[in-house]
Order: sequence, then C-alpha cells, then structure tokens
Amino acid sequence: MARSNRPVSRRQAWWLLASALAASLPLIPQIPTWLVFAAGCAFALRAALTWRQWHLPPRWLLVLLVIAGTVGVFLQYRTIMGRTPGIALLVVFLALKLLELRAARDAVATALLCYFLVLGQFLFTQTIPTALLAALTIVVTTATLLAAADDRPHPQLQLRRSGLMLAQALPFMLLMFLLFPRVEGPLWGLPQDRFSAVSGLSDSMSPGSIAQLSQSDAIAFRVQFKGDVPPQSQLYWRGPVMPAFDGRSWRVTKKRGTYSKVPYKEIGTPVDYELTLEPHGQFWLFALELPGTLPPESSLTSDYQPVARQAVRNRMRYTQRAWPDASAGIDESPSILEEALALPANGNPRTRAIGAGWRAQHGDDSAAILAAAENLFLQQLLIYTLNPPLMGADMVDDFLFDSKRGFCEHFAAAFVYVLRSAGVPARVVAGYQGGEVNPVDGYLVVRQYDAHAWTEAWIAGRGWVRIDPTAISAPSRINSNFAAAVPAGETLPFLARGDLAWLKELRNRLDAVTNGWNQWVLGYNPQRQRDLLASLGLKEPDWRSMTAALSVLCGGVLLGLTAWILRNRLRVDPALAAWRRFTARMAKRGIAWRPWEGPLDFAERAATYAPDRAATYAPDRAGSIREIAGLYARLRYGPAPDATDLKLLKAKIAAFTP
Amino acid sequence: MRLPELEAILADINRIILGKKRPIRLALACLLARGHLLIEDLPGVGKTTLAHVLARVLGLDFQRIQFTSDMLPADILGISIFDRESGAFHFHPGPIFTQVVLADEINRATPKAQSALLEAMEERQVTAEGKTRALPRPFFVIATQNPTHQIGTFPLPESQLDRFLLKIELGYPDPAAERELLAGADRQQMVADLAARIAPQRLMELQEQTRAVHASPALIDYVQALATHTRSSPRWQAGLSPRACLALLAVARAWALLDGREHVLPEDVQSVLPGVVAHRLRPLDDTARTDADAVAAALIEAVPLP
Repeated sequence: MARSNRPVSRRQAWWLLASALAASLPLIPQIPTWLVFAAGCAFALRAALTWRQWHLPPRWLLVLLVIAGTVGVFLQYRTIMGRTPGIALLVVFLALKLLELRAARDAVATALLCYFLVLGQFLFTQTIPTALLAALTIVVTTATLLAAADDRPHPQLQLRRSGLMLAQALPFMLLMFLLFPRVEGPLWGLPQDRFSAVSGLSDSMSPGSIAQLSQSDAIAFRVQFKGDVPPQSQLYWRGPVMPAFDGRSWRVTKKRGTYSKVPYKEIGTPVDYELTLEPHGQFWLFALELPGTLPPESSLTSDYQPVARQAVRNRMRYTQRAWPDASAGIDESPSILEEALALPANGNPRTRAIGAGWRAQHGDDSAAILAAAENLFLQQLLIYTLNPPLMGADMVDDFLFDSKRGFCEHFAAAFVYVLRSAGVPARVVAGYQGGEVNPVDGYLVVRQYDAHAWTEAWIAGRGWVRIDPTAISAPSRINSNFAAAVPAGETLPFLARGDLAWLKELRNRLDAVTNGWNQWVLGYNPQRQRDLLASLGLKEPDWRSMTAALSVLCGGVLLGLTAWILRNRLRVDPALAAWRRFTARMAKRGIAWRPWEGPLDFAERAATYAPDRAATYAPDRAGSIREIAGLYARLRYGPAPDATDLKLLKAKIAAFTP
Repeated sequence: MRLPELEAILADINRIILGKKRPIRLALACLLARGHLLIEDLPGVGKTTLAHVLARVLGLDFQRIQFTSDMLPADILGISIFDRESGAFHFHPGPIFTQVVLADEINRATPKAQSALLEAMEERQVTAEGKTRALPRPFFVIATQNPTHQIGTFPLPESQLDRFLLKIELGYPDPAAERELLAGADRQQMVADLAARIAPQRLMELQEQTRAVHASPALIDYVQALATHTRSSPRWQAGLSPRACLALLAVARAWALLDGREHVLPEDVQSVLPGVVAHRLRPLDDTARTDADAVAAALIEAVPLP
C-alpha cells in the first residue's frame, strides 16, 4: 500500500485536532460567531469520531457542508475575497477537512492548512504575543506532520523533535528575514477601519478635549536622540496648529499653503533625533519645534506643521532635525495674520475690555501687550487642574475672572483670546510636551497624557513667538510633567503616577522589549535592509541583484548539504555493499534476507531452504552460502577488516549461482 | 574455534541437568560476563542443582541462602559477636562470603534483606559495622524468585532487577529429558562426584578474555538502534538504560566466546536479548503477554541491522 493511502490512526487524529485547535483559537475574535460555533461543533465531532471510533460522515454530506459554509461566509461579508472572508473560509475548510481524515495525505493537507491559518493571524496583529503563540502552534503542527509520517513515538518526543527541527531552521529563517528583498509598504493592504478607535489629538480643540487624553497612557511616539536629551522645558512636539476660532472650539484651517522646504533660517544648535510614530489615523507628523528637515513623502504647511501625503495608518519612523532657536514668519503673509486676529462678533466682554484697554495704552507695541498678558495671567492666580468646572457661554471670562481653574486648553485658548482682543495675531498650537526617558533602552517615550496646547503670538520683527500660558501659572507642568502640576487627589493615569515604582519599572522593561520588536522586526524596512547591506559592503543593491545573490547563496548551501548527505550515504561499508548484492540475488530465488537477520542465521536458513529442490542446486551451494556469510560476518563485525578477505568475498559472490 | 574447557564444562552440566542446553549456556555466559543471574521459575525444576553444578565444575565455593520473610541483613552479611576471652567483638562472616551464592526465593524476603544482598552484588564488598570487607573472587550470585503473582512475595523493584545481568527461566523439561532424568542415577550423588574442570584463576582469565571480544562499530550501532527503538516505542513504559546496553553487549561477548569467536555478531546479541531485556522492559499495557522470547522477537523484528 502506498504511504499516502495509509489510514489515519487515532493518535494522528488527536494530533491533527490539537493543531487545528491551536491554529484557529487565536482567530476567534476575527471570525463571525456562527462560524466559531460551527467550527467548534466540527472539532467536537472530530473528537467524538476519534474517541468512539465511529465511521466518518459520508462524502455528500461534507460537500453540502462546504457549500453551506462558503455561502454563509459570502452572506456575512458579501464577498469571499479579502482578508477576513478568506480567513473565515480557511476555518470552514479546516473544520470540514478534519471530518474527512481518510488517508495519510488528508492528514498532511490538514497540517498544511494549519500552517496557513497561523500565517493568517499576522494579517490581524503582529505583536510579540501573537508571534509567540504562532511559534508554539508551528511547533505543534510540525510535530503533527512528524506524527503523520510515524505515529509510534511518544508525543513528548515528537514535540521535542519538532522543536529541534525548527531550531535548526532558525538560522535559515534569520538569513531570509535579513536578506530577502523587502518591498515598500506592507504586502497586503490593511483595511481603512483599522485605526478608527485610536486615541490621539484631533484637528479641533474644545474645552475638555485634551483633558480627556490625559487619562490615557497609550504611547503616541518614541524618540531616540542622537545626542543628549534636551531639557524637559524645550520638548515641545508640534502638532496641529489651530488659528480658526468659532467661539467655542479651535480648528485647523482647511485651506493651507505648503512648503516643500523649510522657510526659516537655521540658527543655533540643531537637535537630531529619530522618531517612531504610532499610527494615529491623521495626516500630521509630530516634530520638535521648529522642524528643520522634512520626513520623506511629506510637506510643511504654512503654519510649520509637517504633514504626510497619506494618513498615518502604519507605524512610521523618520529621522528629524530641529532648530530650537530658529524664528519663523518674520515676513508673514497678511492673510495668515488676519486669520490670527479673527474673533467672533461678541462674547467675553470683560476680556475684550481689557484687550481694548491695552491696545489703547500700548498701540502697536505687540511686545508690551504680550508682557501685559503674561502679567495678567500671573496676577489672576490661575489653577491648573484636570477637573475644571463647567464654563458658561463666555468661557474666557469665566476662566480668567470667576472659576480661575482650567486645563492647558483653557490657558491656551484664553491667552490667544486676550492677545487677539488687543490686536496681536496669535494662535493655538496643539501637540505634546515633555515625555519620559525609558532608562532601559534610552528612548524618550511620549504618551497621550503628555498632550498639551500652547500658543504662538506674532511680534513684528521677531515673527512667531511661542508662549506657554500654562507655564506661567503651573511651571512644574513644563519642567517636570503634568502629574507634578495637578493638585493632589486628582485621578491620574497609572503610568503618570509617582508611586508604584516597581510596576513602572516592569512596564518600562516591557515597553523597551516592545519597542525593540517594533524597531527591528516590524520596522525592518527597505531602508534598514539597505543600511545593513551597506554595512556588509554591498553598496546600493537593487532587488534584482539581491534576489540573484540570495538564490545563489541558498542554492550553494543546498548543494553543499546534498553533497554532504550523499557522501555520507555513499560511504557504505564495501563488505555490506557486497552482502547486499548477494542477498538481492538470493531474494530473486525466493529467499529474501530479512533486514534484522544476522548473516549466519540467514546463511543457515538459505542453505537449508527447500531441500526438495536440492537436485536443482549447485552441489556446493550450501557450503558456498555459509562461506560467504562467514566471510561477510568477519569483515563487518570482526576486528581489522582484511583487504584480501574483501576480495575473496567479492569473488565468491561473483562466482555464486543461487 | 570453541574453547575445549568451556565445552567440557557445558557437557558436564548438561549431563546432570537434562534438556536445558540453552539456559545452561546463558548461565555460563552470565558468569563469564561477571554478571549475576536471576532465575524465575517454579520450585523443583533444578535451580539449586544448576547453581550447585556450576560451582562444582568451576571449582568454586558454594553457599545457599534461603530467603524468608523474617530475614535480617545480618543473616546474609554476618554479625559481630562479643568474645569474652579476648574482650572484643569478632566478626562472624555471613553466608555471602563465598564464591557462588544461591539466593533462594529472594522475593520472599523483605525489601531490607533484599537490598543487603543486592548492594553486596553491586559493590562486590560488604560493609558491616563500619568496616568494609571484600567478597571472594570470582563472586557470582544466582538468585531465584517465585513467579511474582504468588502470595507472600515482595516483588523486586525495577532498579534492583536491573542489577541482574540476565534473567532466565528453566521450565519443565521435555518428556524425553524428563524420562531420562527419572530413569537415571541420583543427581545429588552425581554432583558430589563431579570434579572441577578449571581453577578459579583460569575462570578469571576467561572473564578477562570475554571482555576482550571485539565489538565492531557496526555491532555497537546495532545495540544502540535496539535501545533507541525501545526508547521511542509506545509499547514500553521506559526504554533500555545505558546500563542495560552495557549488559547486552557484555553477555553477547560471552556468548561469542562460548561460540569460539573473537568478535560479536548480531546473532549473539539476538540470542541473549530475551534474557537481558525481559526483566528490564515493562510493557505499557500491563495485560500484554510478557513472555521474554515474544518481547525479544518483537524487538528484533522491529530493528533492521544497521
């Protein structure tokens, strides 16, 4: 019977069930509930079939079930193409294939399906736990393949062998990972809805919107500085700039011009860093003020905000240079200044009155008005808090003169309002301020709770000047972090708290591991590959020459391995080779050598075989057989095999007529 | 060339114990390989006679210890007794201080007494009351045990069974041999009349010669293949230990020497396999037939010669 037609044993069936379970369990969140239920039933049926050794369901039923499953998937998604429907279909096939384990080839096909499903998991998540789980499933599935070939060894032994084989394949995998030509972008398009639930800054700011972010310790981006980390008070990560105000919320201007090159003079010392941005589903890219270079595939808006051509839906890494001392917009266009002065027709009468007073007092002296505004904020003894009271229609008045309590968006909004009412162009800048250096890997980690809003005022002759009104009232927000600035007793996100140092330490380590994974495994892009190859001495390789080199390399390794194995196989004991010739000739006469039979035992059996035909044998046949076997036994098992003995054996075998 | 002295020894024993050529040959092989022998069989099939004859024909001292459930280690090893005249303790050696010991019905004794014997077997010395005393050389233990399902037995654990190089069964003689036995002369007298064929010194030389029998790499591959198979096969609870492999090789060498060869053949390994593996491999399925020959045959047929 051919090997592929052997029936599937119970042990093999259990193995396959284990693999199928391991491969499909992680997919439960991705596939529809009815399919989870149906596949669970199929698995349970498989277990019952194996347990009680029932007959397999008839073929026509399986065909019907396959059609039903496919129709079900189509009705669910209105297509059977694409990521999720494809995976759902694979689950259908796997579950039904388990009910069709007739022969060894079905077992192999099922195991291969399991490998495919493992691959499918990576279409949904690519985190470290996913990879670990997938590695485990691959060990189990490989053990299943081993069991499909030979189910006698103990399961523990199969698992160990499978692990060993995969460990042996590891260097090859690493080589392929590092050298296989990379393509730009992911291999498969990720669906547009993937980042709908991601938190982060939006293109508008209303009271409470940033305070809400302060409750999240999700990571916004990570930064690795080329030199020392600049002081905390300089870490202003510029995000969306919001000049438009409708009386309640601040917005990004829809129509903005763009620069393809940075429009300001490079003065002072630059700061170089590499930023790894978590996907946030928006166009803007964060940069330390003021951005000196532009990431690839991006441009700079007229309010100095780098924006990507496409929304950031994948983790993105770019190197940047910042000019902290640069000043921008000395000859700002009138339309932008006009927008930065616009206020609604009425509201906030007290603030407006103060602004008008300053205007009357100082005239066009913007710097003096700025100083007056800062002085006002200082005098009002404003309190920085996560839980400001609700404001009425005149928000700025309420904040500045009544409640005097607010979060950074209140400070920024009020400051811009005051300046605009005194005739000084000003706007709100949102972004992140500060960050925390992870001592484990030295990356500066900026989290959502570092979200901040500050202001820019335009002073003639100096251009846009950054003023952070929060820093006036709560300097510790800028110098250390926001947790230090809010009054005691307010609810803080876990990681922003100062206590529980060991948990924070643990979290830091975990984050460093995740960051390493992101940087080196998921972030191993064509650029990194080119850098690596360049460091190996390959300058500017294109993917064609890389493919060629890789094929030559793999081909060479395979050829070498084959040659080595062949050489080992060819190094058969010459006595054994002669003996095999001899036994092959005996087999033709109906006396087959059993592979476990010793030479003398075989000779005894062969010499006395079929005595009734003795008349047809050569007269000295029995003697010759015994002699050949004796010679062979001495050559193979005796000490110091003799070349003359070997010659004699060969001659005897050549002369022998069975 | 077969060694004439060994042939003569075998002939002498076969003259007294009839129709048991194979077990007798195995017993001699065990002695040549410096191992100890376990015989599991019913009473009255000639176990004691075999031990006795072996000792006589090889010119060795012989002692018999009948194991009972109230036996203490001192009953085997010996004890120190206070001597009033000299005012000191004097060690009185137990029955184990001899060259051939027949430990009869070893599984009747408690584990404590059993372990006293088994330790002496392994170390070839006795430590009693803080003093170590070497046992005579050569030292050979033939232990008998009743089939373990009988009432009032303490079965030997696997670790202690492993100390016996071989386990054989004698079984009932075939009718022709039994008839000859019944018609023949008195066995006890025949044993008493036996003369030693070789001196103990010569026996130790033969033991050295056994060790020198050549085992080729191909043969060692075969022994390893057998062990590997038992380790990966679902048939047995555990595979053969390295000690079992050493035992197999040692007995196969003795078997080859008895056959007059200076190298071991796979046939030798296969011939001694039942005696070596039957008490070392425990089937996973306890109800399976544990007949030594069947176990060995299944193992042999599962492993091709390398």
